[in-house]
This record gives sequence, C-alpha cells and structure tokens, in this order.
Amino acid sequence: MSVAEQPRVETPPWTATLNEWAATVDHKKIGLLYIGMSVVFLVVAGVEALLMRWQLIVPRNTFLSPQIFNQMFTMHGTTMVFFVGMPILIGIGNFAVPLQIGARDMAFPRLNALGFWVTLFGGLLVYFSFLTGGAPDFGWFAYAPLTEKTFARGPAADLWALGLIVSGIGTVTAAVNFVATILGMRAPGMSLWKIPFFSWTILWTSVQILLALPPLTAALIMVVFDRQLGAHFFDAQTGGSSYLWQHMFWFFGHPEVYILILPGFGMIAEIVPVFSRKVLFGYEFMAAATMAIVFISMGVWAHHMFCVGMNRTLDLYFAGASLLVSIPTGIKMFNWLATMYGGRIWLASPMLFACGFLSMFLIGGLTGIMLAAAPFDFQLSDSYFVVGHFHWVLIGGTLFATFAGLHYWYPKATGRMLSERIARWQFFLLFVGFIVTFGPMHIAGMLGMPRRIYTYDANRGWDIWNQLATVGGLIQAPSYLLFVYNIIASLWKGRPAGDNPWDAWTLEWATTSPPPSYNFEEIPTVHSRRPLWDLRHPDDPDWQYE
Amino acid sequence: MSGELLKPPAIVPYRGPSAAQWGMLAFLLSEVAFFSTLIMVYLVFLGADTQEGGRGGPTPAGVLSLGLVIGTTICLLSSSATIHLAERALRRGEETAFRLWWTATIVLGVVFLAGTAYEWRELIAQGLTVRRNLFGTTYYTLVGFHGVHVTVGAIVMSIVLALALRRQVTARNPHGVELVSWYWHFVDGVWVVVFAVVYVVGR
Amino acid sequence: MHHSLLLALNDVSPQNLSIFDPASPPAEAIHQLSMLVLAITGGIFLVVEGILIYSLVRFRSPHNPRNGEPPQVYGSQPIEIAWTAAPALIVFVLALVIVRTEWEVRGDPEKLQPELKESKPLRVTAIGHQWWWEYVYESFGDEKLDFLTANELHVPASNRQVPSERRPVYLTLKSADVNHSFWVPRLAGKTDLIPGRTNTMWFETSQTGIFFGQCAEYCGTQHANMLLRVSVDPPEQFEKWLDNERKNAFESDDAAIRKGKQVFLAQSCVNCHRVSGTSARGKVGPDLTHLMGRATLAGGTIDNDRKGENLRRWIEDPQTIKPGCLMPAFGLSASDLDGVVRYLSSLE
Repeated sequence: MSVAEQPRVETPPWTATLNEWAATVDHKKIGLLYIGMSVVFLVVAGVEALLMRWQLIVPRNTFLSPQIFNQMFTMHGTTMVFFVGMPILIGIGNFAVPLQIGARDMAFPRLNALGFWVTLFGGLLVYFSFLTGGAPDFGWFAYAPLTEKTFARGPAADLWALGLIVSGIGTVTAAVNFVATILGMRAPGMSLWKIPFFSWTILWTSVQILLALPPLTAALIMVVFDRQLGAHFFDAQTGGSSYLWQHMFWFFGHPEVYILILPGFGMIAEIVPVFSRKVLFGYEFMAAATMAIVFISMGVWAHHMFCVGMNRTLDLYFAGASLLVSIPTGIKMFNWLATMYGGRIWLASPMLFACGFLSMFLIGGLTGIMLAAAPFDFQLSDSYFVVGHFHWVLIGGTLFATFAGLHYWYPKATGRMLSERIARWQFFLLFVGFIVTFGPMHIAGMLGMPRRIYTYDANRGWDIWNQLATVGGLIQAPSYLLFVYNIIASLWKGRPAGDNPWDAWTLEWATTSPPPSYNFEEIPTVHSRRPLWDLRHPDDPDWQYE
Repeated sequence: MSGELLKPPAIVPYRGPSAAQWGMLAFLLSEVAFFSTLIMVYLVFLGADTQEGGRGGPTPAGVLSLGLVIGTTICLLSSSATIHLAERALRRGEETAFRLWWTATIVLGVVFLAGTAYEWRELIAQGLTVRRNLFGTTYYTLVGFHGVHVTVGAIVMSIVLALALRRQVTARNPHGVELVSWYWHFVDGVWVVVFAVVYVVGR
Repeated sequence: MHHSLLLALNDVSPQNLSIFDPASPPAEAIHQLSMLVLAITGGIFLVVEGILIYSLVRFRSPHNPRNGEPPQVYGSQPIEIAWTAAPALIVFVLALVIVRTEWEVRGDPEKLQPELKESKPLRVTAIGHQWWWEYVYESFGDEKLDFLTANELHVPASNRQVPSERRPVYLTLKSADVNHSFWVPRLAGKTDLIPGRTNTMWFETSQTGIFFGQCAEYCGTQHANMLLRVSVDPPEQFEKWLDNERKNAFESDDAAIRKGKQVFLAQSCVNCHRVSGTSARGKVGPDLTHLMGRATLAGGTIDNDRKGENLRRWIEDPQTIKPGCLMPAFGLSASDLDGVVRYLSSLE
C-alpha cells in the first residue's frame, strides 16, 4: 500500500520514446533515423531548389540577390549529396542488410549509432553557417581558390569543410560496418554468391566509400589548413594548385555518383523480380557488373575536367574509360528487362517507382555517354545540360529507386501498408514534374546557358526553357509533401501488412513486421538466393539451379 | 520431382575472417586511401618552391637530416616485432611476457614520437613552418598525420595495457589485441612509404 | 533594385548561342560528333524504352497468388555475352570517332594544317578576372601589337577558301584570380582559365557579326554577368579598329572634358583602371583607353548608350547594376560625376 501512497515518478512517455531513439543501437531504428534525417534535409534542399527556380523564372529577376542564389545552389548540392543521398541509402542499407543476410544486428552496433549522430552533426555544422552571416557560396565542388581566405572571408567555408569532414567520418564508419557485417555475419549457408542483390550492392558501395571518401577528407583537411594555418595547397599565388583540388575532388566526386546509384541498382534488382514474379535474370552477371562498375569508375574521374586543358592522351583515356562504364551498366539494364519479360508484372507502388527508374535512368545514362565523348563535353560541360543530366541520374535513378525501396520495405519497418492511392499520385506528380523540370535544362544548356548563373538576359532565348523548368518544380513539390504525409499518416491509418505483403523471397520477409529487436527467433539456414521461394516450392527449389 | 522432398546439399560452415577482422581490414583500406592522397600531394609539390612562382625557403635537401630519423625509424620498425611477440605470448597464455612486449611496443612508439618532436623543433628553428612554403605545408601534413596515427596507436595500446593489468585482456580474448596489432603494423608500413618518399626519394 | 531591370540591355534582338549552329572549325567538328552521338544514343533509347513499354503492356497482370508463378528463367550465358558484346562494339566505334574529333579540336592547328603557315593569325592573351575579361593583343601576322582592351574581343573575319586570306585566332588563356571558362558556343567548346596554368584555344570564322557567350566556370558572386562578346569584323574594319586601339587615349581640347579628366585622375579610379597616355595605370579593373569603342559596359551587363546615361548610373552605384562586383560606389558629387562621365565619354 505504501507504494501507492507515494507520489509516482512516471517518466512522460515522449521523453521515454525520445530516449529510446536517441540511445538506440538497433540497426533498424538507426536506419529509420538516417531515413528521417534525410527526408528532413530533402525538404530543406527542395525549398532551396524552388527558391532558385523562382529566381530563374523570368530574365533579370530580382527575387534573390546573387549572393543568396549562390548560397542556395551550394547548399542544395552539398545537402543533396551528403545529407540526403548518402544517408538515405545508408539508412535503407542499415535497415535491410542485417535482415536480408540473417544477422541479429550490424557488426558494430555502437559504431553504427556513432556514425549516424556524426553524420547528422556534420549536416548541422554546415547549416550553422547560415547563422554566421551566410552559407558557403562556392558551389558544392568548391573549386579552389574560391575556398581560400582571399575569396571566402567568413567562417562559412570552414564550417562547410569541417561539416563534410565530420560527416565523412560517419559515412566511413557506416561502410566499415557494412563490410564487416556482410562479409562476416551471414546466415549459415549464405555463400558470397547467394547474398541478396541489394546487400551485394551495399557491400560494393561500401568498398567504394572506403576508397573514395578518405581522399575527400584529406583534401578538405588541406582546405582547412590553408585557411587556418596559412598552408599553401590550393593558392596559385604561392605555388599551390587549384588544378590539384579538381583532381582530388573528382577522385572522390565521380565514385560518389556510383555510391549514390549502386544501392539503387540493388533495390531495383530486389523489386523487379518480386513484382514480375520471376527470379532475377543472370544474377552472376549482375553481380560481376556491379564489381566492374566499382573498379572502372575509380579511374574515370577527370571526365569532369575535360575543359581544364589536359593533354589529348589524358582526355582520350578518360573518355574511353568513362564509355566502358556503360557496358556493365547496360548489362544491368538488359537483365532487369529480361527479368520482367515473361513475368506477371504487378504494378504496385514499389514496381511503379522501379519502372520510373528503368525508363528515366536509361536517359540519364545516355546523356552520360554524350558527356563522356570528350569533344562533345567541351560544349556541354558546365552548361545546364550537365545540370539536366545529373538530376536525371540522381532523381530518375537514385531517387526513383529510393522511393521504390521505401515503398517496398515500409510495411516491413512499420507493420503497416502505405496508401497505394497517395503513392500513385506521388509517382505521377514526380514523374511528370521531373521531366518538365529537367528536360528543358538539357535544351537550355545546348543553347549556351551555363550552370550556376543567378540571372540571364531576355534575348538569350533561354526564358521559355527556364519557365518550363520552374513549372516542373512546382509540379514536383507537392509529390514530396504527399510522400511525407503518406509515411506519417500510414503509421496509424495504414492497413496491417503481415509478414510478407509482397510475397517476396528474401529473409527479411521471414520475420514479423516490424521485426523484433533481435530480428529472428532463430537464425535461419539458407540454401539459395531465395530462401522463401524454396520454402514455398519444396518440389522445385532454387538451389537446384544455382 | 513433385511430391518427393528434395534434400538440399549440406551447408559448408563459414571459416573466413571474423566480422571484427573484416571491420579492421575495411578501416585500414580507408586509411590506405587517405595516406595515398597525402603522399600523392607531397610528390606533386616536390620541388615546387624552387620553381617560378614558388616561395623559396628551406628545401628537403637543405634541412632534412637522416641521422635522427633513421634512429626513430628503427624504433618504429622494431615495435612491429615487439607487438608481434606480445600477441604471440598472449595466445600462448604467457601474460607477463605479453605485458612486457606490449609495454616495449608503447615505449618504442613514444620514442618515435619524441624523435619526431625533436626533429620538428629543429626544423622550425631553421625556418621551416607550414606557412613558409609548400615543402613545409606538405611535409608537416604528411608526417603529422602519420604521427597522429602513432599517437592514437600508443593511446589505444595504453588502454589495452590498463585492461591487461586488470586481467581483462587474457589468452581467452586475444581478438582485440590482434586487431590493434594489425593497426600498428599498418602504421609502421605507412611509415616505410613515408620514409621512402620524404627522406629517400624527395631529398 | 528595379531600375537595374530597366538598365538591362536595350538591344533585345535574339542572340544565338546554340552549339548546333557552329561557325568555326572546332565547333563544327564537335557538331558533327554530337550528331553521331545523338543518333546512336537515340537509337538505344528507342530500342530499350520500346522493350520496357512492351513488357509492361504485355506482361502486366493483377497479383493473385492462386494463379501460381510464371516459369522461372535463371539466366543465359549466350544472351549475356550477346548484350555485353553489342554495347562493347558501339563503345569501340564511338571511341574511334572521339579520337578523330579530339585530334581536330585539341590538336595544334598549325601542325595539322600546314597551309595555315600562309595565313595571318591573330594572337591574343585572354585573362579572366572576377567578373570581366582582359584581352592583351600580342600580334597580328608578323606584326607585334601589345595593347590591352577589355570585355569585347574584336577579331578579323577569315576567308577559309584562300590560305593567305585565312585569319585564325589563337587565344592564350590565363586567370588573374579564380577559375573561369571561355565559352562562345558557336566558335568553339569551352576552355578553362585556371590560376597558375596557361591554356590555349583557337577559332576561325568567315561569318562577320557578334558572337555571344559567357564565363562557364562558376567564379563567384557575379559569375552570371561575366559575359563574352566576340565581334568578327570584316578585315578592313578590323584593321581600322586595330589602328585606333593602338593609339593612346584621345586628348580633347574641350575645357569641360579636360576638367573631367582632372577629376578622374584625382579620384581613386586610377588605382584600378588604366587610360593609356595618362597617369591612370591601374591593372585591377578594365582598361578604359577606348571605352567608347565598346558596345557595352560593366562586363557586358548594360548597353554603352553613348549618351552617358548608363555610364553615369554605373559609376554612381555599380552595386545596383552588378551587386557584389568589386567596384564600389565612390559617392562623387554631381558635378564630379558629370565631369568623369564627360571625360570617359570622350575616349573613342
């Protein structure tokens, strides 16, 4: 009785929840934290993009000052690459990989939590620059000497460099964790060639992170040394080299593109088979193509630099190597189509986004071939064509694949289905808005419009293409809001999902939705790439054919 | 085939490196990428100060002396041997020997750091600073980051030593010690390259 | 801010910057390559997109587990080899064409085309500054030139049929501060101007008129207004222009202009700007010796309207016209401003 008489100290539930999430080392929660952080930054970067589009809607507009416009494209690029693209993919990987390979958690759960918080902190550091008198305004690839003290006087450049160093450390810890988990913690029977394809791509993405991010970190440290210690790495006036920065940046920057697309390939290679009701066509070739992309793409970076006046031999080497990437990428495309061919295609929302990916990523790849043709690039480089191209790859490719993946695994993560109706609206608005935004940019670029200009004259002939692009942006904007609404509202309103709403075949669908913190009651044993197929079809299991 | 239950082939158990070992290998791979960049930059700027537009000032040939650095290099390289002996002792259950070799490794690392500190003091006295010229900029960055890695190694090894003294590192859990020794061998290996680049090729 | 809108170029005739309307050998070579690449990629696009749409239409079916699963096809080595080899072949062909075009565009034209020895080349060093272009005219044929101008590049038209009447233009590209890029799409692809490096490019055109372009490498606040204007003049007219540019600044006898000159020379204008033949020897800003020979002011941002209206507004407050540019407003008194404008307007 005395217990009842004492005033009960009850922790309010919201602080308990907060504590649970802040202190979690569960890979699924950390994955969701990454995704949540990325969605917030996606909205922020989207607002930045809309501000730019509004400025460019008419010639000689005065909606934004050049200073603000330049800050907007710098922050938009930095945010999308470092605080949306990478973390959302790492987040999905975090959630799905241990489940897919039959592990109880990541190899280093506490390091995993550290990685997330460090990435978030890096993002906040970069954004803190707004409070110090202005964000950085030198573009996301920050060509020296614009980052030197002479040209960037305030603390924005320091915060930018430090933020990226810090978040880069977080990204590397995540990659270390993925490699350790995927190589050392697979379920019994899951040999290397039986790893589910998404996990396979995450493995190789991680290898690429390990090879490409540290050079960026080193280069950023040099920027900080130049600014804070009076070093001379990038200052041409004192013998330093801005050209060197370009090489170091793109040595990271190009592999980064593949870091952002490979997990997308992985998600498409999970979703296309499940929704075509067919096994992935040519797994071995797909897996080998992934490795080929990783290795070839480490040696193509200077195709971003065709206009710097390299010699012909280098130009041709980098052009040739870049074209080579199209071969393994083509293999992937054809294998996806072959998987669909002869299947029973179920156009649920994940497959809808996957088809968006297939149709749009193709175009991004083809414009990439144009840019790799070195002399053609002398015209296209640094024009709006390039802006169109990489948005086609990163939205048409990465983002469509990411939405496909999020719609695919949301039921697993929450135990609820997303609203298909909203998902369809989201898809069509995004699809149409995306084409209307970025299609005209290609044309503006071919008509001579350089990127990163805050204004232009009326008689250049660019106004109609810019108006279209802005309209496209306005069509896209609500699709993101619909998505945010859908993922929040479906937590309560969504239909219960059950363990395996898509009749899928990999291990994550063998446990409950949401999975318990230990993932599996008993660690499953696998004999093929599709353990649940084997379970359903004991008379015709996959392991006979692998 | 229908009706009959097929029997899958027996499962071959996994015998490769453990997750922790893979993790350390992955981390070291990222370190290779990091140091490769610093070394590449060092080589790019080699001799840039004496060229047109350069800043003059101390040159590698002018200020770097081999005597001291050969001594510290011997210390660091022999620490790879001592850490190996420490690890072997631990696996055999010879905990006292482990602690002795382990302490010797820490001491050798600290001697290396002290040597570097002394060398830097001399160089600064001769006017070589980060600000002075590109040689200073790249030299202190490359050697400094290596030194940071030695320092981190020494700190981690000291923590392990403290745990060992509390009987928390024993023959039954040698895995942490093994991973630290991998890291230490890596740091020594990097030094071989840095030494070759800075004191042999670059001088 | 709105009067900067009013100040925008009055000349609204459409400008052509299309890479598909080349007027000089490098741009023409790239144009040919681009047509081939567009055709190949267009073909791939139609085939792949066609297969995708066909598959979607043909094989779409509502999900019903009771229908059972379609036949499972695990892969096929011959098919994989086929669709690896086909793209590899395309890549190979593309690579060959790229090698040829690269040679044409980035090769030294004087080595590739021996007949150019008979031509009369114009050699100019272009130096990129935050946010304007400095042109140092080095030589025309065998004649040394050695004068400076800014923002508007004048070159002679070439007769590409007759070797001795060819007038190729060779540019040496340097930067005074950050990275820039020289891009006049109809003349050639872009080449960057990088501090500490020297790049070269060339073009040659028989079309007279103005060719437009702008800096194509982000270079700071006013990157958008670092405009390029290449005037291709008929040979006689070009030589006339050359003769005028080589002279020192025009000295007027008009008392009001002379007074304006004194104001100009007494102000801090001279720290940055140069007027040859006077004590104004600044090198940070554009050379003003023959300012009235130019069609535009402020790096091509506004018309040089000859009535001095735009010039006056520009000097009064450059920051409303080109916010963030390196020229400050000096707060000149109305009479001083009149004088400076009058003086500068006399510099034909």
